[in-house]
Amino acid sequence: MAPILDINNLYKNYGSVEILKDINVAIEPGDFLVLVGPSGCGKSTLLNCIAGLEPITGGKLSIGGKDMTHVSPKDRDIAMVFQSYALYPTMSVAKNITFGMKVRGVDAATQESKLKEVASQLQIEQLLHRRPGQLSGGQRQRVAMGRALVRDPKLFLFDEPLSNLDAKLRVEMRSEIKKLHQNLGATMVYVTHDQIEAMTLATKIVVLKGGVVQQIGTPAEIYNRPANLFVADFMGSPAMNLIPAKATKNGSDTRIEIARDGAAPLVLTDTHAENLPQDVILGLRPEDIAEAGFRAGEDVQVAECHIDMVEPAGADTFVVSELGGKQVTARLHAETGAESGKVLPLAFDLSKVSYFAPGSGERLN
Amino acid sequence: MTDFTQSYTAPRRSFGQLALRWLLFTLLGLFALFYLMPLFVMVTTSLKSLEEIRTGSLVALPRDVTFEAWSTAWSGTCTGVKCEGLRPYFWNSVLMTVPAVFLATLLGAVNGYVIAQWRFKGANLIFAMMLFGCFIPFQVVLLPMARSLGILGLAGSIPGLIFVHVIYGIGFTTLFFRNYYVTIPAELTKAAKVDGAGFFRIFWSIFLPLSLPIVVVTVIWQFTNIWNDFLFGVSFSQAGTQPVTVALNNIVNSTTGVKEYNVDMAAAIIAALPTLLVYVVAGKYFIRGLTAGSVKG
Repeated sequence: MAPILDINNLYKNYGSVEILKDINVAIEPGDFLVLVGPSGCGKSTLLNCIAGLEPITGGKLSIGGKDMTHVSPKDRDIAMVFQSYALYPTMSVAKNITFGMKVRGVDAATQESKLKEVASQLQIEQLLHRRPGQLSGGQRQRVAMGRALVRDPKLFLFDEPLSNLDAKLRVEMRSEIKKLHQNLGATMVYVTHDQIEAMTLATKIVVLKGGVVQQIGTPAEIYNRPANLFVADFMGSPAMNLIPAKATKNGSDTRIEIARDGAAPLVLTDTHAENLPQDVILGLRPEDIAEAGFRAGEDVQVAECHIDMVEPAGADTFVVSELGGKQVTARLHAETGAESGKVLPLAFDLSKVSYFAPGSGERLN
Repeated sequence: MTDFTQSYTAPRRSFGQLALRWLLFTLLGLFALFYLMPLFVMVTTSLKSLEEIRTGSLVALPRDVTFEAWSTAWSGTCTGVKCEGLRPYFWNSVLMTVPAVFLATLLGAVNGYVIAQWRFKGANLIFAMMLFGCFIPFQVVLLPMARSLGILGLAGSIPGLIFVHVIYGIGFTTLFFRNYYVTIPAELTKAAKVDGAGFFRIFWSIFLPLSLPIVVVTVIWQFTNIWNDFLFGVSFSQAGTQPVTVALNNIVNSTTGVKEYNVDMAAAIIAALPTLLVYVVAGKYFIRGLTAGSVKG
C-alpha cells in the first residue's frame, strides 16, 4: 500500500536557523506516528509543516499519494487538535464542531447527524449548547477532538493535546485516544515530549533532537534497541543504565570489565558481542538487572554488588549501586530483602544489552 | 479583579492611612467640582432669559426656567447671514461622523487582524509607519490634503471630510485592533485554517465576534475626535457643508448687537451632546473578558 504520509528530505529554516534537517518519514494507513523529543527539538514545527501551517524550506511532502508541499491547510484533508485546544470562544460547542463543515458547505442535515454521532462517541451531548469558557479542561479537550473527528480526514494531527491536563485525566484521555485510534482505524500523527505517551500510543515513533531524526521504529525497537545514547537515555523511565566499560576479546567471547570504586572490577562475559572497540558504554534497562535467582536464561550472569540505596515504589523496588562511576538502577520485585549498605548478588541479563561508542554515541551491536 | 476588591475593604488602617485617604477623597472631590463648574454655569445660563442674565449673578440658579434659548439655538439663531440655527450643521456632523467612524473602525480592524495574525514580511515596518501617522500634526497636512481633495473632486464636500477623517483615523484604529488581536492565540487562526476557513471567513466568524470591547473603545475614540474636530471642518468645508463645531463658532463669534449668552450656551451643549451620549451608551457595553475560555484557564 502506498504510504499515506510521505516526507522526503524535508528542511525547515527560520532565517538562517535550521529547525529541521533532512527529515524522511513515511507511514501507512492506520499508523499511529508519534513525534517525540525534548522541547525545542522541532517536533511541533514538523507537525505544522505537515499541516501546511508552516511553509517548508526544502524537500517534499505528500499526503494520500498526492504532493502537498505547497498546498494550503484546508485542501490537505487533515484535522488538527491543538495544545491550547483553540476552541472558537464565541461559538457554542455544537457550532465549534460543525464550523468546518459549515465553511465547506456541507448541508445542514448531514451536519446535524455527524454532530450527533461524534457527540455520542465522545459523550459530550449534554455540553453542545455551552460556550468553551464554561467547560473544564477535560471537556474542552473532548470538544477539540470532536472538531477533528467530525471531519473524517485522511490524517489526524495532534499537537501535545494532553499536556494541559492533570495527571489523572491525562492517563484517562490517553487510553481514550488509543481506543479511538483502534476503533476508527484512522491514521494519526501525534506530538509529545512525554516518552510514556509515545510508548503507549504509537505504532511508530520518531525520536527527534535538534531538528535531526535520531531513530524511527516501533516502540519495541526504540525501547529495546535504541540507535544511540540520546535515544537510550530519553526513552524509558527510569532511564537506561549507561555504564562505561572495557571490552576485550577472549576467544569467541567478549570480556566486559566495569570498574568499581574501592572494589574489584565487575566482570561479565558476553557470548554474542562482536567487534567491540576497547572502550564501550554498556546499556542495560533497570528491569534487565534483577535479584539473583529471579531471572533465568543462558545470558544471565550474576555478580555481587554493593547497594547504595533502596527505593521502594510499590509494585517494584529500585536499588542503586555504583558501577563504572555511574549510579546504576536495578528494578527488583517488591518483596526484596535488599538493604542499603549491604552486598547483594544481582543478575545481569546480557541478552538485552546495548553497546554504544563513547565518542559518537552510536549503537555498536 | 475579585482579589483586589476583597483585599480592598478587609484590612484595618492606622490613623495616618485614614487621614491620607480622606485627604485624597477631599482633593478628588474638589477637582470634580472644579470640572463640573463650567457645565453648571452653561446649563443654568442656557435656561435663563437674557433679561435675567443681565441682572442676575453668573452662578445663580434660574428664577424662571425657559427653553426658549434651546429652540433658538436649534433652529433660529444666525450663523452669519443665514438664520436656521444649528440644525442643518448638526446633521452635517452626523452625516460626516457616522460613516467616518464606521469606515475607520472597519479598516482598522482588518489592518490590525492582518498585522497581528497574518505575519508577513515587513509587517512591523508597515505597523511602525501607521503608528507614525498618529503623530503627524493636523496643520502639516492641511495644504497637501486640500490639494488632494481638489484633485479627487471632493473639495468642500462632506465625503471629502469623511475621507480626511478616515485617513487620519486609520493609524489609531489599527493600533487599537492590532494590540487587541495580538493577545488572541495564533492557534485559533491555525485551527480555523485547518477547518477550511479563509482570510475573511476567519475575520468575520472568529475575530469580529471577539472584538466588542475594542470596537467600543475605538468607536468612542473616533467619534469624539471626529465630532469635536474643528480644524479640518473649517478648512475643508464650505457654506452648507460645515460641521456643527464650525457652525457653533460662527454663532458665537459672528453675531452683532447683544450677545445672547443663553443661546450660545444652549448651542454649545447641543454640539457636545452626541459625544456625551456615546460615552453613556457605549460605556455599558464595555464588557471585558469575552475571550475567556479560548485558551486554557
